[in-house]
Amino acid sequence: MRNLKTFIQDFGWPRIIIFFFLVGLFIMAPFVNVRLDASISDVLNRFGQNAIMVLAMVPMIQSGCGLNFGLALGLVSGLLGATLSLQFELHGMLGFLGAIALATPFSIIFGWFYAKLLNKVKGEEMTIAMYVGFSFIMFMCIMWLILPYSNPTMVWGYAGKGLRTTISVENYWLRILNDFLAIRIGQFFVFPTGLLLFVALFAFLMWLFLRTKTGTAMTAVGSNPDFARASGVDVDKMRTISIIISTFLGAVGIIVYEQSFGFIQLYTAPSPMVFPAVAAILIGGASINKASMVNVIVGTILFQGLLTMTPSVINSLLQTDMSEVIRIIVSNGMILYALTRKMKVSK
Amino acid sequence: MSAQKRLTTLFSRYAVVIIFVIITLVAIPPSGLSIKYIVQEIITRLGRNSFLVLALLLPIYAGMGLNFGMTLGAMAGQIGLIFAVNYGIANWQGLVFALLVGLPIAVLLGWIAGLVMNRAKGREMVTGYILAFFINGIYQFFVMYMLGSVIPMRNRAIVLSRGYGIRNTLNLESVRQSLDNIVMLRVAGYSIPVVTFIIIALLCVFVVWFKKTKLGQDMRAVGQDMAVAEAAGIPVEKTRIVAIIISTVLACAGQIIFLQNMGNLATYNAHDQTGFFAVAAILVGGASVTHASIINVFVGVMLLHAMFVVSPLAGQNLFGSAMIGEYFRQFIGYGVIALSLVLYAWRTRRAASDARLGLQGPQNDSVKGNGGQA
Repeated sequence: MRNLKTFIQDFGWPRIIIFFFLVGLFIMAPFVNVRLDASISDVLNRFGQNAIMVLAMVPMIQSGCGLNFGLALGLVSGLLGATLSLQFELHGMLGFLGAIALATPFSIIFGWFYAKLLNKVKGEEMTIAMYVGFSFIMFMCIMWLILPYSNPTMVWGYAGKGLRTTISVENYWLRILNDFLAIRIGQFFVFPTGLLLFVALFAFLMWLFLRTKTGTAMTAVGSNPDFARASGVDVDKMRTISIIISTFLGAVGIIVYEQSFGFIQLYTAPSPMVFPAVAAILIGGASINKASMVNVIVGTILFQGLLTMTPSVINSLLQTDMSEVIRIIVSNGMILYALTRKMKVSK
Repeated sequence: MSAQKRLTTLFSRYAVVIIFVIITLVAIPPSGLSIKYIVQEIITRLGRNSFLVLALLLPIYAGMGLNFGMTLGAMAGQIGLIFAVNYGIANWQGLVFALLVGLPIAVLLGWIAGLVMNRAKGREMVTGYILAFFINGIYQFFVMYMLGSVIPMRNRAIVLSRGYGIRNTLNLESVRQSLDNIVMLRVAGYSIPVVTFIIIALLCVFVVWFKKTKLGQDMRAVGQDMAVAEAAGIPVEKTRIVAIIISTVLACAGQIIFLQNMGNLATYNAHDQTGFFAVAAILVGGASVTHASIINVFVGVMLLHAMFVVSPLAGQNLFGSAMIGEYFRQFIGYGVIALSLVLYAWRTRRAASDARLGLQGPQNDSVKGNGGQA
């Protein structure tokens, strides 16, 4: 009984409520004519689509930089890589990997500057990161209009310049991971093997990295910066590494998302993608200063499950679309919960 | 402090203002707008926005940083306006009615915000920001599903055709500019909404008076150092909650003033940008996370909106695309907030390290410690 109590305390009521709510949705699904196999397939798909962006939260949480509200920098690097890969007419797996390769230098450069900035404002990272992210997205909006892209599938037809708001990747690398070794069972269920393998690979690499010397030092910086400095760890360097990795993962994450979703969305599209990633890892049980692979996986499944199941089940139940409202309340409520909770632990 | 150091400190304090003045001045000629037009626009926007921006002052005094949670008050004000339109109460009476409906909601929301922020000391800004999003979800739920179903609506014209929920855009024809038009003074071709400005002036007087009261003094003490204030017997948590409640109530009234000037209400997203514009304005006016004055508010509203007026047209004429100007002004808005937060954090860190140096060396500069923790 005592164990259960501490478990509930550790895990937190909001997560337990969300978990049971989701289970309830799955149980209800067949009664309101929502196909369970199609739903599960959807959840798996969306899990794979979003998991790497959620994974991107881990390094910065571990190194004590808090929730990466500035993930937008990574997302924009990814968009640059994706658009460049289309510009260079790279198709298939080459196109997808090319997009990642092209995004990498951007993510490292942006991440480095971002780290420089955040190292100067320790303790204020989250608010500042948010506004740096927003203003960077706005800056890139101008850039998308004036950068000299010329691939006709990407630029506005009549003007001949300026990128479109949504660009289809259909003839390039649409669903390149999703369809890799995909297993189809019945009419509605598809297991996106390639996508999940790719996610697993990155999660494994991150797990491995956190156990290397650098990774341990990074965690030490997050848990107690003064102690870490006393034992000879370069605090700023560790934070810089974590921020660059986070930005890079943001870039990879959005490219993975695009190949599954089918479109590259530019302009202000990245800004609403940051909060769900933050919310997902928190739902998975992470706090502002501690996160693990389990948090990433559980959180993404729970959050994406909720996003997939509420529209279909609630809509057929109540005949109205309340999914958007539920999404807003759950994701922001979760972030709020995490922000107000750490206080009790740390002081 | 050496002269050069003093200069850099001065620059870092007013960097945002200086940058802003330069950008706006550069953008005026290519926009092709006449000075008369710009001045009239600024007068209108001063009346429209100043009240909202003034709502930010008290939490800054209380050391809680920029109150991004002011959006809560804006939502309360919008609910008030929805009911005013519902009951068909027109003119300034409609605005008073809206305020009366919005007031208790604003107090309740402000109290909740205060409680939440007390649990997130040192992270008030980001918490307030997320809280605004969270309450936005509840607002959407209330307006989209409760109004017209659980709470009966008399005016069917504002309800969605499905029978419940409020339409996306609400025409505020009945109360449009009813406050501004009570006395509209026309001087040398400019229209000045006198009553609106009187109300704003009264609020300024209130703020000045409030700072001198016991509660106002307590608030500043809490803002300086929570531990010391606690030791001195000031109820820290309660004082902070009061600051946020007043701010939320003022934001509620401010949003009503804002919307009566605009003349229509985008039911589901009129409040989205409220906090952003207000915070950007006060920062552009030279305020920081811990220091703000009434002058910052007015300078900020004038500068920010001067740029908002000229930048789309300047973008159109310089680059052949109005979108560039539009993106540019948002970039600047967000950028200004980021820059002032960075400069502030950087300054406090440097002040702390200067203080350390001061302790080591013989020359002991009296450097103010880090009072607020935003």
